[in-house]
Amino acid sequence: MSLTIQEVEHIAKLARLELSEDEKNRYREQLSAILEHVAQLQKLDTSALRSVPGGGLSNAENPLRVDEARPGLPTETLLKSAAQTERSQYKIPPVFE
Amino acid sequence: MNNISELTLTGASALLKKGAISSRELTQAALERIAALDGSLHAFLHIAADSALEQADAADRQRKASPTDAQPLLGIPLAVKDVLTVSGMPCTCGSKILEGYMPPYTATVVNRLQAAGMVIIGKTNTDEFAMGSSTENSAYGVTHNPWDVTRVPGGSSGGSASAVAARLIPAALGTDTGGSVRQPASFCGVTGLKPTYGRVSRYGLIAYGSSLDSCGVLAHSAQDAAEVYSVMAGPDTLDASSQKIPLKPVSLQAGQDLHGVRIGVPGEYFIAGIQPEVEARVREAIQVLQDLGAEIKQVSLPHTEYAVPVYYLIAPAEASANLARYDGIRFGPRVDGDNLWDVFFRTRGQKFGDEVTRRIMLGTYALSAGYYDAYYGQAQKVRTLIKRDFEQVFRDVDAIACPVAPTTAFPIGAHGDDPLAMYLEDIFTLPANLAGVPGLAFPTGFDGQGLPVGMQLMGRHFDEAGLFKIAHAYQQVTDWHKQSPRLAL
Repeated sequence: MSLTIQEVEHIAKLARLELSEDEKNRYREQLSAILEHVAQLQKLDTSALRSVPGGGLSNAENPLRVDEARPGLPTETLLKSAAQTERSQYKIPPVFE
Repeated sequence: MNNISELTLTGASALLKKGAISSRELTQAALERIAALDGSLHAFLHIAADSALEQADAADRQRKASPTDAQPLLGIPLAVKDVLTVSGMPCTCGSKILEGYMPPYTATVVNRLQAAGMVIIGKTNTDEFAMGSSTENSAYGVTHNPWDVTRVPGGSSGGSASAVAARLIPAALGTDTGGSVRQPASFCGVTGLKPTYGRVSRYGLIAYGSSLDSCGVLAHSAQDAAEVYSVMAGPDTLDASSQKIPLKPVSLQAGQDLHGVRIGVPGEYFIAGIQPEVEARVREAIQVLQDLGAEIKQVSLPHTEYAVPVYYLIAPAEASANLARYDGIRFGPRVDGDNLWDVFFRTRGQKFGDEVTRRIMLGTYALSAGYYDAYYGQAQKVRTLIKRDFEQVFRDVDAIACPVAPTTAFPIGAHGDDPLAMYLEDIFTLPANLAGVPGLAFPTGFDGQGLPVGMQLMGRHFDEAGLFKIAHAYQQVTDWHKQSPRLAL
């Protein structure tokens, strides 16, 4: 399993990561080696199994609670974590040109 | 009083109860030892001396006001891995993408331990977003192993393990997604618990692999770890994966033997390539358990060899989704750009480190159109086979005993640019996370270079108490857990 540079660029685009040419080459090599290793899973016959997402518990319950209002974190507190804000809102560069 | 900072949790608790020491003295001593030693260890990313002393004074006042009501953890210092939030302290996750982030809320586990009177002294170093087995992936510098400072402490909870081993602190919180409590505990010669999935709240634990993440504790003994675990565990409505099953009390007695306890030894965990001294120390420890009355049985977990490929598809896939939130908008620094896309690409491209970038890319690929079934889907199915291995074995035995890692602590830089070699280090710890079962690591001796060797016990879902009982019985008749590295003050 060997990735091409185009595939690495496609993955980086999906993941919103800016990579240098050097990084693209390095990740191409390293990810190819890892994919080579994980390919051993293909040899197992799993046709009788379902793909069940979730944790290791086989009988875990989704705990439910009463849906009632409770205090959350104040807007001003949350905005303090942001790089740029204006008038109680997040400030971002234009989405459309 | 000499060596006050070298007290264990239960040792300090007993002296506090007697009034022989105060929490202020204990906390002050810990801070002084950190000041003296952390320059060469770099276990801590943040130290909150003033607030720690305030909490210590409050604990002393509380004890004075009602001495008989004092809980065992009242006034005991605690360090917190820097992937758990504590209001008022920075939380970096070892990453530049959260540099300067001050979380506005406190993790449930920290809240509970603070309510029990523990004194939060600071935040410990970690591989970036807990991704790593050596703490070399921290954006803020590597942590050193106190047994040999040229070696790694393990990871990703390497800061917590190093701090406890060097007796900078009696106990520290860690997190374990694929071995990140147990492997550093083993490398540093301390006791570390990874609880059952769903047993300990993850509210305030910054997510990495959500079907695998757990929050655990590192301390000097099973007894010390059990004291902390008993307060931090239990249902929490703020965490949707927290199970409503009541907490089984941990009751540890002196002189308890192991008659009636069946312990399985899986052949798949004693493979070619394992360091011979690791195997020898673990087999000796199993003999001790047998001498204590345990029945030892050979068992088989046939899908063990698939744990590495399964984990390194599932965990990166979940990480790629969890880490999508770091985009320079709501938290952390932003790298500016002409439009929103530039901000996303530049901030993430420049602020994530190599290992995190690699796992995001791997996970993104495994979830991408055309590859989902072959990679993520197949990995989930094989995960089911691994879970069934454990279900099968736990019909015949009460616990499984095996090594924590194939080697003792390796030199800093040993795995350099070979991520796959690093992943293979996790072979013995990954299965517990994939199956959701609890795992407890504790020291069972040393290799020829004086580096600690650890043994791992794995148990049935929600049977932490059973694991603590076995480890405690072992620690009653051995003193590996009492050994300390010699550090020049």
